[in-house]
Amino acid sequence: MYSEEVKDHFVNPRNILEDEASFNADGTGTVGNITCGDQMLMAIKVKDNKITDCRWKTYGCASAIASTSMLSEMVKGMDVEEAYEIKPEDITKRLNGLPEHKIHCSVLGDKALRAAINDYYQRNGMTDRIKEEKETIVCQCMTVTDKDIEKAVKSGVKNFDELQQTTKIGTSCGQCKDSAMELLHEYLHLYGN
Amino acid sequence: MDNNATTPIHPEVKKELIEKMDLYGNPSSMHEFGRTARKEVERARELISGFIGAESDEVVFTGGGSESNNTVLKYVSCGDPACTMCPASRREIITSSIEHPSVLNTAEVISKGAIAVRYIGVDKYGKLNIEELKERISEKTALVSIMMANNEIGTIQNIKKISQIAHRYGCLVHTDAVQALGKIPVNVQELDIDFMSFSGHKIYGPKGIGALYIKKGSPFCVFIHGGHQEAGRRAGTLNTLGIIGFGKAVELAGREMDEDARRIYRLRKKLETGILERIPDALVNGHPDDCLPGTLNISFMGAEGESILLYLDLEGIAVSTGSACATGSLDPSHVLIATGLGAETAHGSIRFSIGRDNSDQDVEYVLDKLPPIIERIRKMSTVYVAGGKK
Repeated sequence: MYSEEVKDHFVNPRNILEDEASFNADGTGTVGNITCGDQMLMAIKVKDNKITDCRWKTYGCASAIASTSMLSEMVKGMDVEEAYEIKPEDITKRLNGLPEHKIHCSVLGDKALRAAINDYYQRNGMTDRIKEEKETIVCQCMTVTDKDIEKAVKSGVKNFDELQQTTKIGTSCGQCKDSAMELLHEYLHLYGN
Repeated sequence: MDNNATTPIHPEVKKELIEKMDLYGNPSSMHEFGRTARKEVERARELISGFIGAESDEVVFTGGGSESNNTVLKYVSCGDPACTMCPASRREIITSSIEHPSVLNTAEVISKGAIAVRYIGVDKYGKLNIEELKERISEKTALVSIMMANNEIGTIQNIKKISQIAHRYGCLVHTDAVQALGKIPVNVQELDIDFMSFSGHKIYGPKGIGALYIKKGSPFCVFIHGGHQEAGRRAGTLNTLGIIGFGKAVELAGREMDEDARRIYRLRKKLETGILERIPDALVNGHPDDCLPGTLNISFMGAEGESILLYLDLEGIAVSTGSACATGSLDPSHVLIATGLGAETAHGSIRFSIGRDNSDQDVEYVLDKLPPIIERIRKMSTVYVAGGKK
Protein backbone atom coordinates (compact mmCIF):
# COMPACT_ATOMS: atom_id res chain seq x y z
CA MET A 1 0.00 0.00 0.00
CA TYR A 2 2.73 2.49 0.92
CA SER A 3 6.07 3.01 -0.87
CA GLU A 4 9.41 2.45 0.88
CA GLU A 5 9.92 6.24 1.02
CA VAL A 6 6.59 6.76 2.80
CA LYS A 7 7.39 3.96 5.24
CA ASP A 8 10.84 5.41 5.90
CA HIS A 9 9.49 8.89 6.67
CA PHE A 10 6.66 7.43 8.78
CA VAL A 11 8.99 5.23 10.84
CA ASN A 12 11.72 7.88 11.13
CA PRO A 13 10.02 11.23 10.78
CA ARG A 14 12.47 14.10 10.22
CA ASN A 15 12.39 17.57 11.77
CA ILE A 16 9.52 17.23 14.25
CA LEU A 17 8.84 20.50 16.04
CA GLU A 18 9.43 19.38 19.59
CA ASP A 19 9.75 22.67 21.40
CA GLU A 20 7.92 25.52 19.73
CA ALA A 21 9.26 28.20 22.04
CA SER A 22 12.95 27.43 21.60
CA PHE A 23 12.65 26.97 17.82
CA ASN A 24 11.62 30.60 17.55
CA ALA A 25 10.16 30.38 14.04
CA ASP A 26 10.16 33.22 11.54
CA GLY A 27 6.84 31.99 10.19
CA THR A 28 4.26 29.34 11.07
CA GLY A 29 1.12 28.09 9.37
CA THR A 30 -1.55 25.57 10.33
CA VAL A 31 -4.09 24.01 7.97
CA GLY A 32 -6.53 21.12 8.12
CA ASN A 33 -9.36 20.06 10.27
CA ILE A 34 -9.40 17.55 13.11
CA THR A 35 -12.94 16.56 12.22
CA CYS A 36 -11.65 15.21 8.93
CA GLY A 37 -8.74 13.47 10.58
CA ASP A 38 -5.71 15.58 9.73
CA GLN A 39 -4.12 18.85 10.64
CA MET A 40 -0.61 20.15 9.92
CA LEU A 41 1.58 22.87 11.32
CA MET A 42 4.70 24.06 9.49
CA ALA A 43 7.30 26.36 11.06
CA ILE A 44 10.18 27.89 9.12
CA LYS A 45 13.34 29.81 9.86
CA VAL A 46 14.53 32.18 7.15
CA LYS A 47 17.92 33.83 6.61
CA ASP A 48 18.91 35.89 3.55
CA ASN A 49 15.69 34.84 1.80
CA LYS A 50 16.58 31.16 2.21
CA ILE A 51 14.73 28.65 4.38
CA THR A 52 17.42 27.49 6.81
CA ASP A 53 15.25 25.21 8.92
CA CYS A 54 11.76 23.74 8.76
CA ARG A 55 9.94 21.91 11.55
CA TRP A 56 6.42 20.51 11.73
CA LYS A 57 3.68 18.88 13.72
CA THR A 58 1.00 16.65 12.24
CA TYR A 59 -2.15 15.05 13.53
CA GLY A 60 -2.97 12.43 10.94
CA CYS A 61 -2.27 9.17 9.20
CA ALA A 62 0.95 7.71 7.85
CA SER A 63 0.70 9.63 4.55
CA ALA A 64 0.14 12.89 6.38
CA ILE A 65 3.16 12.29 8.61
CA ALA A 66 5.35 11.16 5.71
CA SER A 67 4.23 14.10 3.51
CA THR A 68 5.11 16.74 6.10
CA SER A 69 8.35 15.00 6.99
CA MET A 70 9.41 14.82 3.33
CA LEU A 71 8.36 18.42 2.69
CA SER A 72 10.43 19.63 5.63
CA GLU A 73 13.49 18.00 4.05
CA MET A 74 12.72 19.35 0.59
CA VAL A 75 12.49 23.02 1.55
CA LYS A 76 15.71 23.34 3.54
CA GLY A 77 18.08 25.62 1.62
CA MET A 78 15.40 26.70 -0.84
CA ASP A 79 14.66 30.31 -1.68
CA VAL A 80 11.40 31.38 -0.09
CA GLU A 81 9.82 32.05 -3.52
CA GLU A 82 10.85 28.63 -4.75
CA ALA A 83 9.38 26.89 -1.69
CA TYR A 84 6.17 28.86 -2.21
CA GLU A 85 5.73 27.18 -5.58
CA ILE A 86 5.94 23.59 -4.29
CA LYS A 87 2.99 21.57 -5.52
CA PRO A 88 1.42 18.49 -3.92
CA GLU A 89 2.68 16.47 -6.91
CA ASP A 90 6.28 17.45 -6.04
CA ILE A 91 5.83 15.91 -2.59
CA THR A 92 4.09 12.74 -3.78
CA LYS A 93 6.78 12.32 -6.46
CA ARG A 94 9.54 12.42 -3.85
CA LEU A 95 7.54 9.93 -1.77
CA ASN A 96 7.35 7.66 -4.80
CA GLY A 97 3.58 8.02 -4.89
CA LEU A 98 0.72 7.87 -2.41
CA PRO A 99 -2.39 5.69 -2.60
CA GLU A 100 -5.17 7.41 -4.60
CA HIS A 101 -7.33 8.23 -1.57
CA LYS A 102 -4.37 9.68 0.33
CA ILE A 103 -3.39 12.38 -2.16
CA HIS A 104 -5.15 15.06 -0.12
CA CYS A 105 -2.61 14.49 2.68
CA SER A 106 0.13 15.99 0.50
CA VAL A 107 -2.22 18.83 -0.49
CA LEU A 108 -2.36 19.86 3.15
CA GLY A 109 1.45 19.91 3.40
CA ASP A 110 2.08 22.48 0.69
CA LYS A 111 -0.82 24.60 1.92
CA ALA A 112 0.63 24.65 5.44
CA LEU A 113 4.01 25.63 4.04
CA ARG A 114 2.53 28.54 2.06
CA ALA A 115 0.67 29.65 5.17
CA ALA A 116 3.98 29.65 7.05
CA ILE A 117 5.71 31.64 4.30
CA ASN A 118 2.82 34.14 4.21
CA ASP A 119 3.17 34.49 7.96
CA TYR A 120 6.87 35.20 7.48
CA TYR A 121 6.06 37.87 4.85
CA GLN A 122 3.46 39.36 7.15
CA ARG A 123 5.83 39.57 10.09
CA ASN A 124 8.53 41.22 8.00
CA GLY A 125 6.44 43.85 6.26
CA MET A 126 6.56 42.07 2.90
CA THR A 127 2.81 41.82 2.49
CA ASP A 128 3.21 42.72 -1.18
CA ARG A 129 4.81 39.31 -1.70
CA ILE A 130 1.80 37.41 -0.34
CA LYS A 131 0.21 35.84 -3.36
CA GLU A 132 -3.43 35.13 -3.60
CA GLU A 133 -3.78 31.52 -4.70
CA LYS A 134 -4.22 31.35 -8.46
CA GLU A 135 -7.81 31.18 -9.56
CA THR A 136 -8.90 28.61 -12.13
CA ILE A 137 -12.24 28.41 -13.85
CA VAL A 138 -13.89 25.06 -13.14
CA CYS A 139 -17.28 25.62 -14.74
CA GLN A 140 -16.87 27.35 -18.09
CA CYS A 141 -20.61 27.80 -18.67
CA MET A 142 -21.38 29.63 -15.45
CA THR A 143 -17.84 30.97 -14.83
CA VAL A 144 -17.35 29.40 -11.45
CA THR A 145 -13.76 29.19 -10.15
CA ASP A 146 -12.04 27.00 -7.58
CA LYS A 147 -12.01 30.06 -5.32
CA ASP A 148 -15.78 30.28 -5.57
CA ILE A 149 -16.07 26.67 -4.45
CA GLU A 150 -13.66 27.31 -1.58
CA LYS A 151 -15.67 30.33 -0.52
CA ALA A 152 -18.92 28.36 -0.69
CA VAL A 153 -17.54 25.57 1.48
CA LYS A 154 -16.20 28.09 4.00
CA SER A 155 -19.66 29.58 4.24
CA GLY A 156 -21.19 26.21 5.05
CA VAL A 157 -21.94 24.35 1.82
CA LYS A 158 -21.80 20.61 2.54
CA ASN A 159 -22.69 18.78 -0.68
CA PHE A 160 -22.94 19.14 -4.43
CA ASP A 161 -26.61 20.11 -4.40
CA GLU A 162 -25.95 22.98 -2.03
CA LEU A 163 -22.91 23.99 -4.07
CA GLN A 164 -25.09 24.13 -7.19
CA GLN A 165 -27.68 26.25 -5.42
CA THR A 166 -25.06 28.75 -4.28
CA THR A 167 -22.80 28.90 -7.31
CA LYS A 168 -24.92 27.50 -10.18
CA ILE A 169 -21.93 25.30 -10.99
CA GLY A 170 -22.55 22.61 -13.60
CA THR A 171 -26.15 23.65 -14.13
CA SER A 172 -25.68 24.10 -17.88
CA CYS A 173 -23.67 21.44 -19.75
CA GLY A 174 -22.66 19.60 -16.57
CA GLN A 175 -19.27 18.54 -17.91
CA CYS A 176 -17.39 19.99 -14.95
CA LYS A 177 -19.16 17.82 -12.38
CA ASP A 178 -16.27 15.41 -11.76
CA SER A 179 -13.63 18.09 -11.25
CA ALA A 180 -16.09 20.16 -9.19
CA MET A 181 -16.78 17.15 -6.93
CA GLU A 182 -13.06 16.58 -6.46
CA LEU A 183 -12.51 20.19 -5.39
CA LEU A 184 -15.59 20.12 -3.20
CA HIS A 185 -14.23 17.09 -1.34
CA GLU A 186 -10.83 18.69 -0.98
CA TYR A 187 -12.27 21.89 0.49
CA LEU A 188 -14.69 19.98 2.71
CA HIS A 189 -11.67 18.17 4.01
CA LEU A 190 -9.89 21.42 4.73
CA TYR A 191 -12.74 23.47 6.13
CA GLY A 192 -15.73 21.18 6.55
CA ASN A 193 -17.15 20.47 9.93
CA MET B 1 -5.51 -8.97 18.31
CA ASP B 2 -7.88 -8.52 15.43
CA ASN B 3 -10.09 -11.56 15.94
CA ASN B 4 -13.30 -9.66 15.14
CA ALA B 5 -11.94 -9.22 11.61
CA THR B 6 -11.18 -12.89 11.20
CA THR B 7 -9.78 -15.83 13.15
CA PRO B 8 -7.16 -18.47 12.44
CA ILE B 9 -8.45 -21.96 11.58
CA HIS B 10 -8.79 -24.08 14.73
CA PRO B 11 -6.24 -26.94 14.61
CA GLU B 12 -9.02 -29.49 14.88
CA VAL B 13 -10.93 -27.84 12.03
CA LYS B 14 -7.74 -27.97 9.99
CA LYS B 15 -7.31 -31.67 10.78
CA GLU B 16 -10.91 -32.37 9.78
CA LEU B 17 -10.51 -30.43 6.52
CA ILE B 18 -7.34 -32.27 5.59
CA GLU B 19 -9.02 -35.60 6.28
CA LYS B 20 -12.04 -34.71 4.16
CA MET B 21 -10.08 -32.95 1.40
CA ASP B 22 -10.68 -35.73 -1.15
CA LEU B 23 -14.42 -35.67 -0.66
CA TYR B 24 -15.19 -34.22 -4.07
CA GLY B 25 -18.67 -35.56 -4.81
CA ASN B 26 -21.43 -33.06 -5.48
CA PRO B 27 -23.76 -33.36 -2.47
CA SER B 28 -26.68 -33.03 -4.89
CA SER B 29 -25.66 -36.11 -6.89
CA MET B 30 -27.54 -39.35 -6.29
CA HIS B 31 -24.58 -41.70 -6.61
CA GLU B 32 -22.28 -42.94 -3.87
CA PHE B 33 -19.80 -40.05 -4.18
CA GLY B 34 -22.59 -37.54 -3.91
CA ARG B 35 -24.28 -39.35 -1.05
CA THR B 36 -21.05 -39.48 0.98
CA ALA B 37 -20.60 -35.74 0.58
CA ARG B 38 -24.27 -35.14 1.37
CA LYS B 39 -23.91 -37.08 4.61
CA GLU B 40 -21.09 -34.80 5.75
CA VAL B 41 -23.04 -31.68 4.80
CA GLU B 42 -26.09 -32.83 6.74
CA ARG B 43 -23.96 -33.74 9.76
CA ALA B 44 -22.56 -30.19 9.77
CA ARG B 45 -26.05 -28.77 9.40
CA GLU B 46 -27.15 -30.76 12.44
CA LEU B 47 -24.18 -29.56 14.48
CA ILE B 48 -24.95 -25.95 13.64
CA SER B 49 -28.71 -26.15 14.08
CA GLY B 50 -28.26 -28.03 17.35
CA PHE B 51 -25.91 -25.36 18.66
CA ILE B 52 -28.39 -22.54 18.01
CA GLY B 53 -31.50 -24.45 19.07
CA ALA B 54 -32.95 -24.81 15.57
CA GLU B 55 -34.26 -27.69 13.46
CA SER B 56 -31.74 -28.81 10.87
CA ASP B 57 -33.92 -27.80 7.90
CA GLU B 58 -34.09 -24.26 9.28
CA VAL B 59 -30.40 -23.71 8.47
CA VAL B 60 -29.45 -22.66 4.91
CA PHE B 61 -25.80 -22.46 3.93
CA THR B 62 -24.63 -19.25 2.25
CA GLY B 63 -21.38 -17.69 1.09
CA GLY B 64 -20.94 -15.84 4.38
CA GLY B 65 -22.44 -13.31 6.77
CA SER B 66 -22.75 -10.58 4.15
CA GLU B 67 -24.73 -12.83 1.83
CA SER B 68 -27.02 -13.87 4.68
CA ASN B 69 -27.68 -10.23 5.57
CA ASN B 70 -28.23 -9.23 1.94
CA THR B 71 -30.63 -12.12 1.47
CA VAL B 72 -32.95 -11.15 4.31
CA LEU B 73 -33.04 -7.46 3.48
CA LYS B 74 -33.64 -8.10 -0.19
CA TYR B 75 -36.39 -10.60 0.69
CA VAL B 76 -38.67 -7.82 1.80
CA SER B 77 -38.00 -5.68 -1.24
CA CYS B 78 -38.29 -8.16 -4.12
CA GLY B 79 -41.28 -6.30 -5.54
CA ASP B 80 -43.10 -9.45 -6.62
CA PRO B 81 -46.79 -8.81 -5.82
CA ALA B 82 -47.26 -12.52 -5.13
CA CYS B 83 -44.45 -12.54 -2.57
CA THR B 84 -45.62 -13.32 0.93
CA MET B 85 -42.45 -11.79 2.31
CA CYS B 86 -43.30 -8.27 1.27
CA PRO B 87 -47.05 -7.68 1.34
CA ALA B 88 -48.19 -4.37 -0.11
CA SER B 89 -49.32 -3.19 3.31
CA ARG B 90 -45.80 -3.46 4.77
CA ARG B 91 -43.35 -1.31 2.85
CA GLU B 92 -40.91 -0.34 5.55
CA ILE B 93 -37.96 -1.86 7.37
CA ILE B 94 -36.37 -0.83 10.64
CA THR B 95 -32.70 -1.23 11.40
CA SER B 96 -30.11 0.53 13.56
CA SER B 97 -27.48 3.14 12.87
CA ILE B 98 -24.66 0.83 13.99
CA GLU B 99 -25.23 -2.19 11.74
CA HIS B 100 -22.54 -3.86 9.67
CA PRO B 101 -22.08 -2.31 6.19
CA SER B 102 -23.64 -5.44 4.64
CA VAL B 103 -26.91 -4.39 6.30
CA LEU B 104 -26.57 -0.59 6.02
CA ASN B 105 -25.47 -0.54 2.39
CA THR B 106 -28.14 -3.06 1.39
CA ALA B 107 -30.74 -0.96 3.23
CA GLU B 108 -29.57 2.09 1.30
CA VAL B 109 -29.95 0.27 -2.02
CA ILE B 110 -33.45 -1.02 -1.26
CA SER B 111 -34.51 2.39 0.07
CA LYS B 112 -34.14 3.66 -3.50
CA GLY B 113 -37.05 1.42 -4.44
CA ALA B 114 -40.45 1.23 -2.81
CA ILE B 115 -39.15 0.39 0.67
CA ALA B 116 -38.67 3.03 3.34
CA VAL B 117 -35.83 2.40 5.78
CA ARG B 118 -35.91 3.77 9.32
CA TYR B 119 -32.76 3.87 11.40
CA ILE B 120 -33.00 3.62 15.18
CA GLY B 121 -30.30 5.35 17.20
CA VAL B 122 -28.20 4.06 20.09
CA ASP B 123 -27.08 5.46 23.44
CA LYS B 124 -23.49 6.31 24.35
CA TYR B 125 -22.75 2.64 25.01
CA GLY B 126 -24.14 1.52 21.67
CA LYS B 127 -27.37 0.10 23.11
CA LEU B 128 -30.42 0.40 20.86
CA ASN B 129 -32.89 3.07 21.86
CA ILE B 130 -35.87 0.82 22.64
CA GLU B 131 -38.27 3.74 23.16
CA GLU B 132 -37.45 5.04 19.69
CA LEU B 133 -38.09 1.58 18.27
CA LYS B 134 -41.50 1.50 19.98
CA GLU B 135 -42.36 4.89 18.50
CA ARG B 136 -41.25 4.08 14.99
CA ILE B 137 -42.59 0.55 14.59
CA SER B 138 -46.08 0.03 13.16
CA GLU B 139 -48.22 -2.40 11.22
CA LYS B 140 -46.52 -1.02 8.11
CA THR B 141 -43.16 -2.42 9.17
CA ALA B 142 -42.19 -5.58 7.29
CA LEU B 143 -38.88 -6.35 8.96
CA VAL B 144 -36.83 -5.32 11.98
CA SER B 145 -33.13 -6.09 11.56
CA ILE B 146 -30.87 -5.41 14.55
CA MET B 147 -27.44 -6.92 15.06
CA MET B 148 -26.89 -9.08 18.12
CA ALA B 149 -23.36 -7.90 18.95
CA ASN B 150 -21.50 -5.04 17.36
CA ASN B 151 -18.26 -5.78 15.53
CA GLU B 152 -16.54 -2.50 16.43
CA ILE B 153 -17.42 -1.90 20.07
CA GLY B 154 -18.79 -5.32 21.06
CA THR B 155 -22.03 -4.02 22.57
CA ILE B 156 -24.69 -6.74 22.88
CA GLN B 157 -28.35 -5.87 22.18
CA ASN B 158 -31.38 -7.22 23.97
CA ILE B 159 -32.65 -9.14 20.95
CA LYS B 160 -35.33 -10.95 22.94
CA LYS B 161 -36.92 -7.67 23.92
CA ILE B 162 -36.62 -6.24 20.40
CA SER B 163 -38.19 -9.38 19.00
CA GLN B 164 -41.09 -9.19 21.47
CA ILE B 165 -41.87 -5.62 20.43
CA ALA B 166 -41.59 -6.40 16.71
CA HIS B 167 -43.79 -9.49 16.91
CA ARG B 168 -46.52 -7.48 18.62
CA TYR B 169 -46.85 -5.63 15.31
CA GLY B 170 -46.59 -8.79 13.24
CA CYS B 171 -43.17 -7.83 11.87
CA LEU B 172 -40.47 -10.31 10.92
CA VAL B 173 -37.28 -10.10 12.96
CA HIS B 174 -33.72 -10.63 11.74
CA THR B 175 -30.51 -10.43 13.70
CA ASP B 176 -26.97 -10.41 12.40
CA ALA B 177 -25.29 -12.79 14.86
CA VAL B 178 -21.98 -13.02 13.00
CA GLN B 179 -19.99 -11.56 15.92
CA ALA B 180 -22.08 -13.21 18.63
CA LEU B 181 -21.86 -16.85 17.51
CA GLY B 182 -19.29 -18.83 19.45
CA LYS B 183 -18.64 -15.96 21.87
CA ILE B 184 -21.94 -15.72 23.75
CA PRO B 185 -24.93 -18.11 23.89
CA VAL B 186 -27.15 -17.81 20.82
CA ASN B 187 -30.49 -19.60 20.84
CA VAL B 188 -33.08 -18.89 18.18
CA GLN B 189 -35.98 -20.17 20.26
CA GLU B 190 -35.12 -18.23 23.34
CA LEU B 191 -34.65 -15.07 21.27
CA ASP B 192 -37.79 -15.86 19.25
CA ILE B 193 -36.18 -14.77 16.02
CA ASP B 194 -37.27 -15.32 12.40
CA PHE B 195 -33.94 -14.93 10.63
CA MET B 196 -30.37 -15.01 11.86
CA SER B 197 -27.04 -14.58 10.00
CA PHE B 198 -23.82 -16.46 10.75
CA SER B 199 -20.31 -16.68 9.39
CA GLY B 200 -17.70 -19.45 9.56
CA HIS B 201 -14.43 -17.54 9.63
CA LYS B 202 -15.22 -15.52 12.76
CA ILE B 203 -15.32 -18.70 14.83
CA TYR B 204 -12.07 -20.39 13.74
CA GLY B 205 -13.68 -21.96 10.67
CA PRO B 206 -12.99 -21.41 6.96
CA LYS B 207 -13.76 -18.23 4.99
CA GLY B 208 -16.45 -18.05 2.31
CA ILE B 209 -19.02 -20.03 4.26
CA GLY B 210 -21.93 -18.75 6.29
CA ALA B 211 -25.46 -19.67 7.18
CA LEU B 212 -28.89 -18.19 7.43
CA TYR B 213 -31.43 -19.43 9.94
CA ILE B 214 -34.94 -19.28 8.51
CA LYS B 215 -37.61 -20.12 11.05
CA LYS B 216 -39.95 -22.85 9.87
CA GLY B 217 -43.06 -21.33 8.34
CA SER B 218 -41.44 -17.92 7.78
CA PRO B 219 -42.03 -16.46 4.37
CA PHE B 220 -38.94 -16.17 2.20
CA CYS B 221 -38.07 -15.71 -1.41
CA VAL B 222 -35.07 -16.80 -3.42
CA PHE B 223 -31.99 -14.58 -3.47
CA ILE B 224 -29.60 -16.77 -5.50
CA HIS B 225 -31.54 -18.38 -8.35
CA GLY B 226 -30.53 -21.64 -9.99
CA GLY B 227 -30.73 -25.27 -8.95
CA HIS B 228 -32.76 -26.87 -6.19
CA GLN B 229 -30.09 -26.88 -3.50
CA GLU B 230 -31.03 -26.01 0.08
CA ALA B 231 -34.68 -26.95 -0.56
CA GLY B 232 -34.86 -24.32 -3.28
CA ARG B 233 -33.90 -21.54 -0.89
CA ARG B 234 -30.35 -20.91 -2.10
CA ALA B 235 -29.05 -22.23 -5.41
CA GLY B 236 -25.46 -23.17 -6.13
CA THR B 237 -23.35 -26.29 -5.60
CA LEU B 238 -22.74 -26.64 -1.90
CA ASN B 239 -19.35 -25.63 -0.54
CA THR B 240 -18.79 -29.07 0.96
CA LEU B 241 -15.43 -28.44 2.61
CA GLY B 242 -16.47 -25.01 3.84
CA ILE B 243 -19.59 -26.53 5.39
CA ILE B 244 -17.64 -29.36 7.02
CA GLY B 245 -15.16 -26.86 8.46
CA PHE B 246 -17.93 -24.57 9.67
CA GLY B 247 -19.72 -27.51 11.29
CA LYS B 248 -16.56 -28.60 13.06
CA ALA B 249 -15.87 -25.05 14.25
CA VAL B 250 -19.37 -24.84 15.73
CA GLU B 251 -18.98 -28.26 17.37
CA LEU B 252 -15.76 -27.02 19.00
CA ALA B 253 -17.39 -23.77 20.05
CA GLY B 254 -20.04 -25.81 21.84
CA ARG B 255 -17.30 -27.56 23.75
CA GLU B 256 -14.90 -24.68 24.38
CA MET B 257 -16.92 -21.47 24.30
CA ASP B 258 -17.62 -21.07 28.03
CA GLU B 259 -14.06 -21.63 29.12
CA ASP B 260 -12.60 -19.59 26.24
CA ALA B 261 -14.96 -16.70 26.95
CA ARG B 262 -13.89 -16.59 30.61
CA ARG B 263 -10.20 -16.64 29.73
CA ILE B 264 -10.60 -14.11 26.91
CA TYR B 265 -12.60 -11.75 29.13
CA ARG B 266 -9.87 -11.90 31.77
CA LEU B 267 -7.26 -10.96 29.12
CA ARG B 268 -9.46 -8.14 27.85
CA LYS B 269 -9.82 -6.73 31.37
CA LYS B 270 -6.08 -7.02 31.91
CA LEU B 271 -5.45 -5.14 28.66
CA GLU B 272 -8.03 -2.47 29.48
CA THR B 273 -6.73 -1.87 33.02
CA GLY B 274 -3.14 -1.91 31.81
CA ILE B 275 -3.79 0.63 29.07
CA LEU B 276 -5.73 2.98 31.35
CA GLU B 277 -2.96 2.78 33.96
CA ARG B 278 -0.19 3.48 31.49
CA ILE B 279 -1.75 5.92 29.01
CA PRO B 280 -3.46 9.18 29.98
CA ASP B 281 -6.44 10.55 28.05
CA ALA B 282 -7.68 7.17 26.85
CA LEU B 283 -11.40 6.50 26.67
CA VAL B 284 -13.08 3.07 26.55
CA ASN B 285 -15.92 2.82 24.02
CA GLY B 286 -18.83 0.39 24.19
CA HIS B 287 -20.94 -1.02 26.99
CA PRO B 288 -19.11 -1.78 30.26
CA ASP B 289 -21.06 -5.02 30.92
CA ASP B 290 -23.13 -6.05 27.88
CA CYS B 291 -20.09 -6.47 25.71
CA LEU B 292 -18.44 -9.32 23.80
CA PRO B 293 -15.80 -10.87 26.06
CA GLY B 294 -12.83 -10.13 23.80
CA THR B 295 -13.69 -6.75 22.25
CA LEU B 296 -11.95 -3.65 23.61
CA ASN B 297 -12.39 -0.37 21.76
CA ILE B 298 -10.35 2.57 23.07
CA SER B 299 -9.91 6.15 21.84
CA PHE B 300 -6.57 7.84 22.38
CA MET B 301 -7.06 11.59 22.41
CA GLY B 302 -4.77 13.57 20.13
CA ALA B 303 -3.50 10.49 18.30
CA GLU B 304 -4.83 9.38 14.94
CA GLY B 305 -5.90 5.74 14.54
CA GLU B 306 -4.20 4.78 11.30
CA SER B 307 -0.84 5.95 12.64
CA ILE B 308 -1.36 3.94 15.83
CA LEU B 309 -2.39 0.89 13.79
CA LEU B 310 0.65 1.08 11.52
CA TYR B 311 3.16 1.69 14.33
CA LEU B 312 1.66 -1.32 16.16
CA ASP B 313 1.87 -3.31 12.93
CA LEU B 314 5.62 -2.62 12.83
CA GLU B 315 5.82 -4.36 16.23
CA GLY B 316 3.82 -7.31 14.92
CA ILE B 317 0.56 -6.31 16.66
CA ALA B 318 -2.59 -6.40 14.51
CA VAL B 319 -5.57 -4.18 15.42
CA SER B 320 -8.34 -2.18 13.70
CA THR B 321 -9.27 1.50 13.82
CA GLY B 322 -12.38 3.61 13.35
CA SER B 323 -10.37 6.43 11.79
CA ALA B 324 -11.46 7.75 8.41
CA CYS B 325 -7.85 7.64 7.21
CA ALA B 326 -7.91 3.87 7.30
CA THR B 327 -11.00 3.55 5.12
CA GLY B 328 -10.31 6.11 2.45
CA SER B 329 -13.51 8.02 3.15
CA LEU B 330 -13.62 11.29 5.00
CA ASP B 331 -15.87 9.88 7.67
CA PRO B 332 -14.75 8.05 10.78
CA SER B 333 -16.56 4.97 12.13
CA HIS B 334 -20.34 5.29 11.80
CA VAL B 335 -20.71 3.20 14.95
CA LEU B 336 -18.66 5.52 17.17
CA ILE B 337 -20.32 8.60 15.68
CA ALA B 338 -23.74 7.01 16.40
CA THR B 339 -22.75 6.61 20.05
CA GLY B 340 -22.25 10.37 20.15
CA LEU B 341 -18.46 10.55 20.00
CA GLY B 342 -16.91 13.56 18.29
CA ALA B 343 -15.07 12.95 15.05
CA GLU B 344 -11.67 13.49 16.70
CA THR B 345 -12.33 10.84 19.36
CA ALA B 346 -13.52 8.44 16.68
CA HIS B 347 -10.40 9.09 14.56
CA GLY B 348 -8.27 8.08 17.53
CA SER B 349 -10.04 4.79 18.20
CA ILE B 350 -8.39 1.39 18.21
CA ARG B 351 -10.19 -1.94 18.41
CA PHE B 352 -8.44 -4.83 20.08
CA SER B 353 -10.31 -8.10 19.62
CA ILE B 354 -8.87 -10.94 21.63
CA GLY B 355 -9.25 -14.53 20.49
CA ARG B 356 -8.59 -18.03 21.78
CA ASP B 357 -4.97 -17.98 20.62
CA ASN B 358 -4.03 -14.83 22.55
CA SER B 359 -2.10 -15.24 25.79
CA ASP B 360 -1.10 -13.26 28.86
CA GLN B 361 2.24 -12.68 27.16
CA ASP B 362 0.49 -11.12 24.16
CA VAL B 363 -1.35 -8.68 26.42
CA GLU B 364 1.88 -7.83 28.26
CA TYR B 365 3.64 -7.33 24.93
CA VAL B 366 0.96 -4.83 23.83
CA LEU B 367 1.15 -3.06 27.20
CA ASP B 368 4.88 -2.76 26.67
CA LYS B 369 4.77 -1.49 23.06
CA LEU B 370 1.65 0.70 23.00
CA PRO B 371 2.47 3.49 25.51
CA PRO B 372 5.65 4.73 23.75
CA ILE B 373 3.81 4.65 20.41
CA ILE B 374 0.99 6.84 21.71
CA GLU B 375 3.49 9.15 23.38
CA ARG B 376 5.46 9.47 20.16
CA ILE B 377 2.39 10.22 18.03
CA ARG B 378 1.14 12.75 20.55
CA LYS B 379 4.51 14.46 20.52
CA MET B 380 4.21 15.19 16.82
CA SER B 381 0.49 15.94 17.03
CA THR B 382 -0.88 19.44 16.50
CA VAL B 383 -3.77 18.79 18.82
CA TYR B 384 -2.63 16.90 21.88
CA VAL B 385 -2.21 18.81 25.10
CA ALA B 386 -1.39 16.60 28.09
CA GLY B 387 -4.06 16.45 30.74
CA GLY B 388 -6.92 16.93 28.35
CA LYS B 389 -7.85 17.68 24.81
CA LYS B 390 -7.52 21.10 23.36
